[in-house]
Amino acid sequence: MSAEPDGPEDRLRRFATIWSRAVFPATSTSLTRPEFEELLLPLARRLSEALRARTYDAAEGRAVGAALVEAHCTEPEALSRALDCVDAYLVLYCGGDGHQEDLRARAARLQSAMAAGYAEALRQRTLAEQEAIARAALEAQGAVARALHATEARFRAVFEGAAIGIGIADLDGNILQVNGALLRMFGVTEQTMLGRCVVEWTHPEDAPQVWRLYEELVRAEREHYHTEKAFHRPDGTVLWTNLTVSLLRDADGNPQYQLALMEDTTERRLLNLRLRYEATHDALTGLPNRTLFFERLEKALAAGDGQRFGLCYLDLDGFKAINDSLGHAAGDRLLVEVADRLQSCATAPGEMVARLGGDEFVALTTGPDTESEVDDLADRIMNALVTPVRIDGRELLVRGSIGIVEGPAGERGPAEVLRSADITMYRAKSAGGNRYEVADAEADARAITRHGLTTALPAALDRGEFFIEYQPLVHLGDGTVRGAEALVRWLHPQHGVLGPDRFIPLAERTGLIVPLGRWVLEQSVRQAREWQRRHGGTGPLRVNVNLSPCQLTHPGLVQDTVEILERAGLEPDALCLEVTESALIGADDDLLKPLRRLSEMGIDIALDDFGTGYSNLANLRRLPVRVLKLDRSFTQGMQQFPADPVDLKIVEGIVSLAHSLDLAVTVEGVETGAQAEQLRVLGCDTAQGWYYARPGPPERLHELALVDATG
Amino acid sequence: MERPAWAPRSIDISMPSVARMYDYYLGGSHNFEVDREAARRAMEFVPGLPKIMQANRAFMRRAVRYAARAGITQFLDIGSGIPSFGNVHEVAREAAPGARVVYVDHDPVAVAHTQAVLEGAEDADVVAADLRKPRDVLTSPQVERLIDLNRPVALLLVAILHFVEDTDDPYGAVAELRDALAPGSVLVVSHASYEGISLPRERVEGAVDVYKDIRNPLIMRSRDEIARFFEGYDMVEPGLVPMAKWRPDTAPEDEDPYAFSGFAGVGTKA
Repeated sequence: MSAEPDGPEDRLRRFATIWSRAVFPATSTSLTRPEFEELLLPLARRLSEALRARTYDAAEGRAVGAALVEAHCTEPEALSRALDCVDAYLVLYCGGDGHQEDLRARAARLQSAMAAGYAEALRQRTLAEQEAIARAALEAQGAVARALHATEARFRAVFEGAAIGIGIADLDGNILQVNGALLRMFGVTEQTMLGRCVVEWTHPEDAPQVWRLYEELVRAEREHYHTEKAFHRPDGTVLWTNLTVSLLRDADGNPQYQLALMEDTTERRLLNLRLRYEATHDALTGLPNRTLFFERLEKALAAGDGQRFGLCYLDLDGFKAINDSLGHAAGDRLLVEVADRLQSCATAPGEMVARLGGDEFVALTTGPDTESEVDDLADRIMNALVTPVRIDGRELLVRGSIGIVEGPAGERGPAEVLRSADITMYRAKSAGGNRYEVADAEADARAITRHGLTTALPAALDRGEFFIEYQPLVHLGDGTVRGAEALVRWLHPQHGVLGPDRFIPLAERTGLIVPLGRWVLEQSVRQAREWQRRHGGTGPLRVNVNLSPCQLTHPGLVQDTVEILERAGLEPDALCLEVTESALIGADDDLLKPLRRLSEMGIDIALDDFGTGYSNLANLRRLPVRVLKLDRSFTQGMQQFPADPVDLKIVEGIVSLAHSLDLAVTVEGVETGAQAEQLRVLGCDTAQGWYYARPGPPERLHELALVDATG
Repeated sequence: MERPAWAPRSIDISMPSVARMYDYYLGGSHNFEVDREAARRAMEFVPGLPKIMQANRAFMRRAVRYAARAGITQFLDIGSGIPSFGNVHEVAREAAPGARVVYVDHDPVAVAHTQAVLEGAEDADVVAADLRKPRDVLTSPQVERLIDLNRPVALLLVAILHFVEDTDDPYGAVAELRDALAPGSVLVVSHASYEGISLPRERVEGAVDVYKDIRNPLIMRSRDEIARFFEGYDMVEPGLVPMAKWRPDTAPEDEDPYAFSGFAGVGTKA
């Protein structure tokens, strides 16, 4: 806007400029000062016109005051500055040529009106803004409440719809709120539940720490805990739960409530119990099975000082025969009946009966007095079996063998105890059955060693733990060494050198005797060939090798023997196979055929231990035997002086009989020169025994033979 | 239904609000005694706080006009507080007819008040959301209705970032917002700082402590730290400067010394 310099318009603008400069620093406007001046210019014009108007109009002054508030001059300081400015400059710049006194009076009234208008506008504005912000706060709170309500509704739905039980209690344990799932679990109404106290919820099955954890939680020493807990239901049944309890704190962290979440595990628990029962009980008899028995035995053996245990290991005698003849169904019924009777024998606390499998049962008694109790228990069991069992109209007589182990807890493990009982039971069985035996350490040790040797045998052969000693066979006529008997030894890593009596029966039982026997034959034949090579001039040295009954019936016997001889390059007549008399008792032609074949090839067959069994002299003719070896029991009678005349007669008779059948006679166990002389006089052909030499390494024989040759 | 006692209250008008304190500094009456009391305590240390706020408003006004002149018609004002005179939508509409504005604040009372102010407005709306959760802002129905993120937007973070603590990752939040905007967008930031203010640091710290007491700590950042909010954007002349020096309309000597507190700047996305 252009204005004539110092004209009214220019003067008005100058007033506005002065006014804006005075007020601007006291405003809160975000306008710039020039913008603010533009805002004030129309107000200045209104004041200017009101100043000079014919009649005074207070409304104009009030409007200008209100406009200042509108322009954000809300600080009282702004009004004060505005009024000062009007007072000082309005008449000066805008008064024109009017009467100064009148103008001043008019300006003063305008200032009053401005102040009133300003105050009124500021009051209105303040009230409006206060109302607006209060309404906004209310609205906001309403919105929050609505949101909270929605949240709460969702929460409520979760709370009510949850499959797990939820309960809230204060820190004194008073139950404040519970959901439907929890009420259904307990089978009660909300009324009976609310107001009750959680500390009433004790149960005999509570784990020891449960209430300690609870106390820690309500004392705010713990934020939550988790446990398995049982509760009484009003109908008398038990509710089992997985329970999690958490401490709830308010916004400032002060503990306020406890929250319990519980899952009903009653059915799962029952299922577990049933599975556990099935896993620990025998399906046929319902008795505890091996698993449960071992648990109990373990517990009994781990019991403290003064506690003992007694164990009866029962195996029915001849159960297999019943099973085989009457069928498994009958066998099973018998077992069920036996189980029932056994159960009635062990009813006292600390006693139990279990079925280990098949027809094997165990009865266990525990406590301080098992030393006497276990015998009573065994008696009761034997008595319980006395009455025959009636099955399919038959009266079956049931007998059993019992092995008893009794002792203090804390010394042996369950496996060791059970093995001892098993061994003892077998002792009772081999003593004829229908009896009980009490375990004794020595018998156990023997059995255990036997067991150990049996299992170690196969590896021992592979590892070359066997070796052979040779005992010379001496011609009684001229005293020369004619050969040797091969005797197998086992150099056991723990037990040292073991004689054949310790392991040959075991090898017989396990069948290992076949490869072992073949190995002995190979070694001996090769040794005989070696002797021949070194004693070319002094005639062949023969070797005697023992054949066990098992080897006799082995189909490869002839073939193996031929191959072994051929491979070593030894003539068959340098080999003598010794067979025990007992192995040939009642032998039929099938059994004798391989011996005949061997004999036909030129191999000598010797009848070992002659005279110990039931010697069927007539049978001798039929056997392909060329040598009789008299058992050492005959020579024992000749050790004293003078010799037992009966023994002499018997030996004389046997020798004469043998010779008449064209059999040579060898005597064993010659220990003195007198014996040797006697036997020579009686006509025996060959002898072996300590008088000549103990069994020894092959080199020893070589030396003896050399002595012969040079002597 | 009775409110469960363990559910926390979320509105507490007995606690001062920085939005209402700001209104009080600017001479408004949208505030309660607790707000005024806190503001008066802060002013005991820094009497020029109203001038600082006024300068901040003036900067925002200049920045909005700048954006409008640059052709931008969409405005996203996060931390908008209590809308008093000269608000973004008034300035923007004046400068760019048809401009659309979305206000964002996490103070429920400020949001409720803004709703009341904007009652019936088609081209402005308010979102109750938090700067610390940019996704909530960007995916709000209001933003989806009024703002086309494929076109340039003026993002206003005016006097808000100094209320976000580093543990809440303000840089990550701002980066996410920057990345969401189309090329040609502008970022408007003003931020409190110990630098530039014409008072001994202990005095300013007294005011900072007041904000700490009302559980709305004021995080003073250095110019360099504030500059990092523009990462990837080109600074508009004259760069990051004291508020009164950013494209002033009037001679600096006319300005109150407090107007030179803090830093303000505008960046554009290439």
